[in-house]
Amino acid sequence: MKASAAILLMILLIAIVGPWISPHAYQATNFDAILQAPTAAGMRWFGTDDLGRDLFVRTMLGIRVTLLVAIVASLVSLVIGVSYGAIAGYVGGRVDAVMMRFVDTLYALPFIFFVILLMVVFERNFLLIFVAIGAINWLDMARIVRGQTLSLRERDFIDAARLSGVSTARIIFRHIAPNLLGIVLVYVTLTIPQAILVESFLSFLGLGVQEPQTSLGALVDAGVNQMEGASWMLLIPATLLAVILLAFNFLGDALRDHFDARQSR
Amino acid sequence: MSLLEVESLSVSYDDVAVVNAVSFKVRRGESVGIVGESGSGKSQTALALLGLLPANATMSGSVRFDGEELANAGARQLNSVRGRRIGIVFQDPMQALNPYLRVGKQLRQILLQHNLARGAEADTKVVAMLRRVGLPDPEAQFRAYPHELSGGMRQRVMLASALICEPDLLIADEPTTALDVTVQAQILDLLEELRDDTALLLITHDLGIVAGRCERLLVFQEGVLIESGATTSVFSSPENPHTKKLLAATLRTDRGDIAEPVTGATVLGVDNASVSYRDSTRDRLVAVTDVSLTLRKGETLAIVGESGSGKSSLVRALLGLIPMQRGKVVYAGELLEGPVLSRAASKRRDLQLVFQDPASALNPSMRVAAIVGEPLLANSPALSVKSRSDRVIAMLNKVSLDENILRRFPHQLSGGQAQRVAIARALILEPKILICDEAVAALDGTVRKQVLQLLRDIQRETGLSIIFISHDLGVVRAISHRVAVMYLGRLVEVAATASLFSSPSHPYTRALLDASPVPDPRVTPIAAPLKGETPSPLAPPSGCVFHPRCSYVESECSRRSPELRTISNTRVACHRAGNITLAR
Repeated sequence: MKASAAILLMILLIAIVGPWISPHAYQATNFDAILQAPTAAGMRWFGTDDLGRDLFVRTMLGIRVTLLVAIVASLVSLVIGVSYGAIAGYVGGRVDAVMMRFVDTLYALPFIFFVILLMVVFERNFLLIFVAIGAINWLDMARIVRGQTLSLRERDFIDAARLSGVSTARIIFRHIAPNLLGIVLVYVTLTIPQAILVESFLSFLGLGVQEPQTSLGALVDAGVNQMEGASWMLLIPATLLAVILLAFNFLGDALRDHFDARQSR
Repeated sequence: MSLLEVESLSVSYDDVAVVNAVSFKVRRGESVGIVGESGSGKSQTALALLGLLPANATMSGSVRFDGEELANAGARQLNSVRGRRIGIVFQDPMQALNPYLRVGKQLRQILLQHNLARGAEADTKVVAMLRRVGLPDPEAQFRAYPHELSGGMRQRVMLASALICEPDLLIADEPTTALDVTVQAQILDLLEELRDDTALLLITHDLGIVAGRCERLLVFQEGVLIESGATTSVFSSPENPHTKKLLAATLRTDRGDIAEPVTGATVLGVDNASVSYRDSTRDRLVAVTDVSLTLRKGETLAIVGESGSGKSSLVRALLGLIPMQRGKVVYAGELLEGPVLSRAASKRRDLQLVFQDPASALNPSMRVAAIVGEPLLANSPALSVKSRSDRVIAMLNKVSLDENILRRFPHQLSGGQAQRVAIARALILEPKILICDEAVAALDGTVRKQVLQLLRDIQRETGLSIIFISHDLGVVRAISHRVAVMYLGRLVEVAATASLFSSPSHPYTRALLDASPVPDPRVTPIAAPLKGETPSPLAPPSGCVFHPRCSYVESECSRRSPELRTISNTRVACHRAGNITLAR
């Protein structure tokens, strides 16, 4: 757990500080220096792309964008999913049935089709990516939280709160929600890599962030086109993407073990 | 040579010793009891003997079974002994039996594993064993899955699986703790009857169980064997101060002071209450049928019954936590109805509940200060932070807790501390009626005694009325003024505590008294007074619901349900009451 957290922090730190150290700007083209291999000379650590833009700075920018999208989308799904699931689970009965059938309906929508529709209607828009990813992730979160709430609701301390006259809203947000923290935290660390993948996938298809902005997925897309001549354009962002995904997954697994152990003790 | 010789056995987890240099012996055919409070290391000792400790435990010392060293032995060697020469019975048979395998198959596997029988011969042996442990229709039960059996039947199957290889030693770890008291008596009798010359190591927290059934006792405290000796001498002249404390904390059903009846005004009346549930298959489960009770000011009314008697459903319905289908609750001259949150705050705060399991009753993510202060926050929001915290501290002091636990979380409290916090939370609104639902059942003997004393003290100071739900008649005798006995959702007897214990009027009450273990080796345990188990409330018997288990049954009993009637100050629901003598 410590190792993956350390790797993530280090990547984040370099992504923030890196572009300041490098003399190059992310959107500056230089047709005298296209497709240069990585070299320390001229601070071209990751080389350049087919427009002569510095890949180190672009990769750092891509990491920022990718992490931002993933974390914001996960937070959006966290807030919506936890409130929705906790209310459905605690209130129960008909309300629960209606709320969860709505979730089922959304589940049934084909995701890619949904995203392409959004893009067509609203044009390409950075904000839409958050919405698109958040819109699928909160469904899982709501289901998990509802299940947990159903079991928490049976615990005696909920009855004790009702007997002392604590309001339903306060029971949900003071007694139910904090006890979901463990499972929710674990689930968030597992949805972040999911969101990263979805964002990369959308960018790879050309539905994601737009030039001159970039993301890891867009960089991989560009790298695939130059794979034969300039393999670094694919290898560097792809490796970083894999490392980030693995680190988040390991972190999530470790957190889950940690909370499971505490619960069984 | 002794059958089992344990020498300086130690078990530790991450350098924390849970068993510390324990040495003892068990001779062939002998019955030895291991007693101690929770955390005393008695179960860890049993697991260590069997090589069943989890991987993160370290174990040292020597365990010699019939001359063979088992400490840190390999799996192959252990497997040749476990199940074959040492039988094991655990507390929860549902966890110890494989839910996917039919009962007969599980028992047959044991025989096959140890090459004792195979094919049709094994089947015959298994059926014979099931018959010996008293399973009705063993040929049919052979094909039953564990979930199709009742709790008592499952524990009989466990006993059968432990004894089918005719082992030299039987280790039983709290074998009856999960069972009702009348079923416990049956299982203990069966254990005694079946074991012949098999040595028995019986691990329990209940001194009443070992008193009449074990020849020798080992007393554990915090991983150390503090006293051992013949049961009679440990009981009559204990040497270790902790043993003395354990013995002093036992509650007996056959002697001890009983509080005089209370003659205050009636504060709470329950009239013809009925509670029912719909289960998933849409069958109607009637948990409580036509129960009427009254509670006086300053009185402790005990509600006694085994699992499925409806005692918890009754109080939850009167509190408004679950709906009451019929009947009414009158508190201070006014009707209480509807779900708890819809009731007037002034009425709601007067009735509070203390739960059985403090671990589940306290929110694990809140600190003690917030837990105890929350009722004040909800009911008197105008109260300043300072005066709220003053009242929380005063309340904690009242339940003998120090204010340094204010910042702690529930998992940082001991069982006794946690239950005191739960009591403090229930009392901080100064209720008139406190309902305790098995409030001391999860506590160790010494702590239980303190909590009971605390309740008595608070009652004396404030005139609090208490409804005390319990299955433990020793506790009931110690705390209550009056007792109501329930069976399968119906009241069968209501009487003053003294008269109920000396001359019960209902055969079921008498059976409960006889089945309660007495922590005194001079008292011979009474053979299990009742056969069978409580029937399912989904299909209650006709007429008097107790008649299939009653030894005084006559033809009238299966035809007509008895009304509660008053015979010399006792309300009893039995056709034969008055005609039969049940006094002890």
